[in-house]
Amino acid sequence: MNIVWFWTLALMLTTYAVLDGYDLGAGALHLWLARGNQERRILLNAVGPVWNGNEVWLIAAGGMMVVSFPNVYAAGFSGFYLALMVVLWLLILRGVSIEFRSQIDHELWRAFWDAGFCLGSLLIALLLGVALGNVLHGLPIGPNGYFQGTFTLLLNPYSILTGLLTLAVLGWHGTNYLRLKTYGDLLARARRWSQQLWGAAALLVVASTAATLGLVPSTLRNFHAHPVTLVFPWLTLAGLVSGLLSRREHDQAAFRSSTAVIVGLLTSAAATAFPNLLPSTLNPAYSLTVYNAASSPYALRASFIANIVGMIGVALYSAYVHRTFRGQVQLDGHGY
Amino acid sequence: MVDAVFAHRIQFAFTVMFHYLFPILTMGLGFFIAILSSMHLATGDKRYATAARFWARIFAINFALGVVTGIPLEFEFGTNWSRFSAFGGGVFGQTLPLEGVYAFFLESGFLGLFLYGEGRVPRGVHWLAGLGVSLGSLLSGYFIVATDAWMQHPVGYVTDPSRAIRLKSFWAVLLNPYAGWQYAHTINGALLAAAFVIGGIGAFYLLSHRHQEFARVAVKMAVIAGAVLSLTQLFPTGDFDSRNVVKYQPTKLATMEGLFETEKGAPLAIIGMPDTQQGRLIDPVFVPEFLSFLAYGDFHATVNGLKAYPRELWPPVELTYYAYHIMVGLGTIFIAIMIVGVFLLWRRRLFECRWYLWILMLALPFPYIANEAGWVVAEVGRQPWLVYGLLKTADGTSANVAVGETVFTTLGFAGTYLMLGILFLFLVGRVIYQGPGGDVTEVPESVVAHPAA
Repeated sequence: MNIVWFWTLALMLTTYAVLDGYDLGAGALHLWLARGNQERRILLNAVGPVWNGNEVWLIAAGGMMVVSFPNVYAAGFSGFYLALMVVLWLLILRGVSIEFRSQIDHELWRAFWDAGFCLGSLLIALLLGVALGNVLHGLPIGPNGYFQGTFTLLLNPYSILTGLLTLAVLGWHGTNYLRLKTYGDLLARARRWSQQLWGAAALLVVASTAATLGLVPSTLRNFHAHPVTLVFPWLTLAGLVSGLLSRREHDQAAFRSSTAVIVGLLTSAAATAFPNLLPSTLNPAYSLTVYNAASSPYALRASFIANIVGMIGVALYSAYVHRTFRGQVQLDGHGY
Repeated sequence: MVDAVFAHRIQFAFTVMFHYLFPILTMGLGFFIAILSSMHLATGDKRYATAARFWARIFAINFALGVVTGIPLEFEFGTNWSRFSAFGGGVFGQTLPLEGVYAFFLESGFLGLFLYGEGRVPRGVHWLAGLGVSLGSLLSGYFIVATDAWMQHPVGYVTDPSRAIRLKSFWAVLLNPYAGWQYAHTINGALLAAAFVIGGIGAFYLLSHRHQEFARVAVKMAVIAGAVLSLTQLFPTGDFDSRNVVKYQPTKLATMEGLFETEKGAPLAIIGMPDTQQGRLIDPVFVPEFLSFLAYGDFHATVNGLKAYPRELWPPVELTYYAYHIMVGLGTIFIAIMIVGVFLLWRRRLFECRWYLWILMLALPFPYIANEAGWVVAEVGRQPWLVYGLLKTADGTSANVAVGETVFTTLGFAGTYLMLGILFLFLVGRVIYQGPGGDVTEVPESVVAHPAA
């Protein structure tokens, strides 16, 4: 059950990264990609009906971590206290920006919220990547299971590298999403940016893989023990190759490629980390693992059943909403 | 420097109280929108559709703020209350993610469909989406109340020598006997607040001679629903909710009633100021023996006073006492306002009676105060416990967070929320000023004609 929960959470966060990833990525490039009110409305209406539902995957994953691995939730969230407060303010800024931009028809009002949406998306993508880097690399967790995170501790070269990787991959993913949803000049620009961001993403994937292999000696342990997990890094590679091949008008293939890269990267990260959830840099015995940080077996089972039924419904519902708003954005009087 | 526990409490109290201003209306208004849109579907009367769309615009602004201010609270379980999460996550955490999974998805997903799907999806589906939004917000409320009810009255766990507590029964936690009436009282309060918002805005239009037809429907709906809801707020929901307090939390009962001495045939204090030094009420007005009756249905029953319990187990007396009396006092005034409204409606003078419409308009903020005060009673009255009888608030905080960080981020939230509050009032004020029928999201002709602009 502990292992099932580990992979459930990994799956939830991966789904979150794929779904919210495209609206974070599109948002981070909003100011540069979309020029003029018309194009910006197209971009916002591409993410408007779905961004909130996408973000809920993160909230639900957080809630599930409380019940499945309470000690990890406790240590991680209190240790990252200040950083998470900043993330919260950015989430507020971003949510308010996208929802309130079209409330008033005034150039300056829109310009302000466009900037807020862009800045919020960009920094959230970066900080989530930084957090992921720290979790992979390890934190100074003491014998009591807690650590105290300072900015100098959290912003180390490795985590900055993973932050940039996240930004590049999500940006690439966002442009690929826009390639499905937009038309005209915006589409042409999205295609051009998609090509360039592919290059950045590929470069950073190589760099951060090398850095991980160098810094975290246990990286390959699980891949040796369970060669089947090698499918994850291969998926990343396949996504990158297919991304290279889908450069011109192959917009569907491009979006599938960036999806594969995100799924591949996050599942590889999960396979690398297992069974650690928060590795300790002080002493491996202090690491919080799927065994020593979990709830009781009955609690794990009960919450799994209660949540999985809902998650299936949620996945079906999410598919329905994406289908309803599928295809190119049509601007009308309503919407963002 | 401030005490760390106090800093965490202030931060949580501030962020949760600010957040709660929005769900009150989401839960309450969603219900009325669902009713209006059902009436449109049933009768085909366009007025109901116009009204539903108007309230949905206010709902949407409100919902957006509810979502963005709600996320910090989930985070704070880990950031501020990490030892509580580690201690009881496996138990109280059963209900918390369900909110995200079932209810939150339902409402946030359906809201997009309801607001932007009109014309894209069949009419029946659009109506269902409206219903889903309302159901989702109500369900969302249940999972949150059930989580809080576990802190008020922990059930469904066993104590384990090595790991503090373990879950024993999922269903016991989900169907906590404390949660039922607490939820009913909470939702009733939210619906009542929505009735006052609808009535207040309707009264504003009638007083300013605008959108009369819309306003009459609104005011009529508000006083009828309000009269019923203000009464059910007191009985049965309020009454049975406090019986759970009598049963499970005697110190909270004594504190909210300002009862220091244990008495047979205890009186009910209508007003009076608690003096914790002397252990008495200053200048009280009592209804003799009435508290015994309310608590146990018997005028001669014995009610334990605060002095029956060790001093360190007393909740903060003044705050709990005043919050409770403000809630009950306001609740009584709400009943009076709404009964007078129904009377005027019956005499066919409601829409012309300007003094009454003034009262109805100015009453708008007060249900918010009553709702918040009710939660202050529930949460402050639970102190010094975080989980009643099981875990002290002081033992639930994050020990690895410096006080200064909490103070700094509380100030950050205060500033952020001040801006959000101004923004909210500004945007909702605009919607009200424009009135039903006006639509700001309409693209002006110039933009359509010159897409490059």
